[in-house]
Amino acid sequence: MTEENNGWFNRVEQGINTETKDKKEIKEGLWYKCPACKEIVPKEDHEANLNVCVCGYHERVNAKRYFEILFDDNKYIELNADMTSADPLGFVDTKKYTDRLVATQKKSGLKDAITTVVGKIGTYDIVIAAMNFEFIGGSMGAVVGEKIARAIDYSIENKAPFMIISKSGGARMMEAAFSLMQMAKTSAKLTQLSDAKVPYISLLLDPTTGGVTASFAMLGDVNIAEPGALIGFAGPRVIRETIGRDLPEGFQRSEFVKEHGFLDYIVERKNLKNTLAQQLRMFAN
Amino acid sequence: MVLLDFEKEIGKLQEQLEKAINIGQETGVDVSSMVSDLETKIIDEQEKLYSNLSSWERVQVSRHPERPYTLNYIDYITDNDFIELHGDRNVKDDKAMVGGFGTIDGETVMFIGQQKGINTKMRQYRNFGMANPEGYRKALRLMKLAEKFNKPIVTLIDTPGAFPGLEAEERGQGEAIARNIYEMFKLKVPVICIIIGEGASGGAIGIGVGDKVFMLENTWYSVISPESCSSILWRTWDYKIDAAKALKLTASDMFNNKLVDGIIKEPLGGAHNNPKEIFKTVKKVIKETLTELKKQDPEKRITTRINKYTDMGVFNEN
Repeated sequence: MTEENNGWFNRVEQGINTETKDKKEIKEGLWYKCPACKEIVPKEDHEANLNVCVCGYHERVNAKRYFEILFDDNKYIELNADMTSADPLGFVDTKKYTDRLVATQKKSGLKDAITTVVGKIGTYDIVIAAMNFEFIGGSMGAVVGEKIARAIDYSIENKAPFMIISKSGGARMMEAAFSLMQMAKTSAKLTQLSDAKVPYISLLLDPTTGGVTASFAMLGDVNIAEPGALIGFAGPRVIRETIGRDLPEGFQRSEFVKEHGFLDYIVERKNLKNTLAQQLRMFAN
Repeated sequence: MVLLDFEKEIGKLQEQLEKAINIGQETGVDVSSMVSDLETKIIDEQEKLYSNLSSWERVQVSRHPERPYTLNYIDYITDNDFIELHGDRNVKDDKAMVGGFGTIDGETVMFIGQQKGINTKMRQYRNFGMANPEGYRKALRLMKLAEKFNKPIVTLIDTPGAFPGLEAEERGQGEAIARNIYEMFKLKVPVICIIIGEGASGGAIGIGVGDKVFMLENTWYSVISPESCSSILWRTWDYKIDAAKALKLTASDMFNNKLVDGIIKEPLGGAHNNPKEIFKTVKKVIKETLTELKKQDPEKRITTRINKYTDMGVFNEN
């Protein structure tokens, strides 16, 4: 076989045709490129659209952004803002857990993987615990557990509905069994919330997996999600390795999870505030 | 007896012992002093080894292929007065999770636990002790059944994790575990949980919320296995020994961190070295703990159970 006719994998053209001098630079901060449809839009427009692309892709945004979207006049009070993780196990992997915490706090400007606040949606008071995925993958350590516990106490005392916005890879390995026990701790607190007949809405975002799915995220009086969010117990990679074949299209996405009966409804971000107001009204009246 | 890699010295001594006995039988030479000498040496060696096992070595003992499994405990503790109950009433009967009523010296108890298999065929049949959602839902059904008839619950935990499969996700593995944890806090009857082998993460705590939680001496309980922890944090499988140490997953670590209520001592050389002895010890612990728990009023017991778990967690407040 000659070089010319072994053919199909030979490049006909060079891989990159654009001269370096002609390369278009996208200035950081001005444009948003959608990872789903690759469309590039001005960041301003993208944010006006609540960080949702025209193709329907919901960009992952942090807790603060949800508060802007949900609360009237962006007014809210943060609870237990200064709580930070300790290192009860003296955990060291490739680096020290304490160093990792400091670095993450610096980079993200956050204290830990959850922010708990109280504010108003429409006329309704609501306590919201929203997870920060950018803080060690939104992992659940003792701070996440304790802040949820205290937010629930606040909800019970004030008879204010409670919502958790989950976005997490699961447990925080550097807190090992302490982290595991937060699954029990948060679930225990939810039994008290339930006994007090205070509504609990669980909003699951992209991604919600592991110990978070296997505890509070699946325990809502209503479980809701944004479109296209990855929601599952085991991660897709682990499942693929276990069963030794590819996973079907749309596996573990919100629509799939709803179809199998584990979500009450899926809500687009642009409708989130109104839908929550409606939901809260129905619990209240 | 299958020996673990750190038990090589014991293996050598056992070989010598066998040889000595054989020589004695074949030649008629008196080898009794040599035999008793070697027997003492073996026990000394075991004592030396087992008093100072590393975290990873304990993980190995917890997975020893001859280690007794859930049904072995139940059979002995109930003196075979046990009726297994099957199915979650929805999907199927999960073979990785077993349960049913049994009696301990005349008193009825609901036993529930993950079940591993003793050989290749049975390991597959039991799905290696990795339950699917229907396993957790069966467990919950049985717990509610126990509650209805005011029978205490004993769970025996031995799992490398909840099964991470496609159907498991379709049927809501996360929800099933979450529901169990939640409902276990509301049970009006006493609940005792005992980790008899591996206590891996959500798969373990899915039947692991109890008034009293015990770990056998050579077991582990954590949020992830050392292997998976190594693969995620070190990005290679090679750091399982470091990961085992870092996770503080042994019974004594867990007890010192106040995450479990007690340690149950195993016979020298691990539970598999003397199954009857460990069955007896576990039975005794269950009986004593039940007597103690039954003194409490159910509402008080639930509050105590909830408070125990809500106190878990170390953090800073500035």
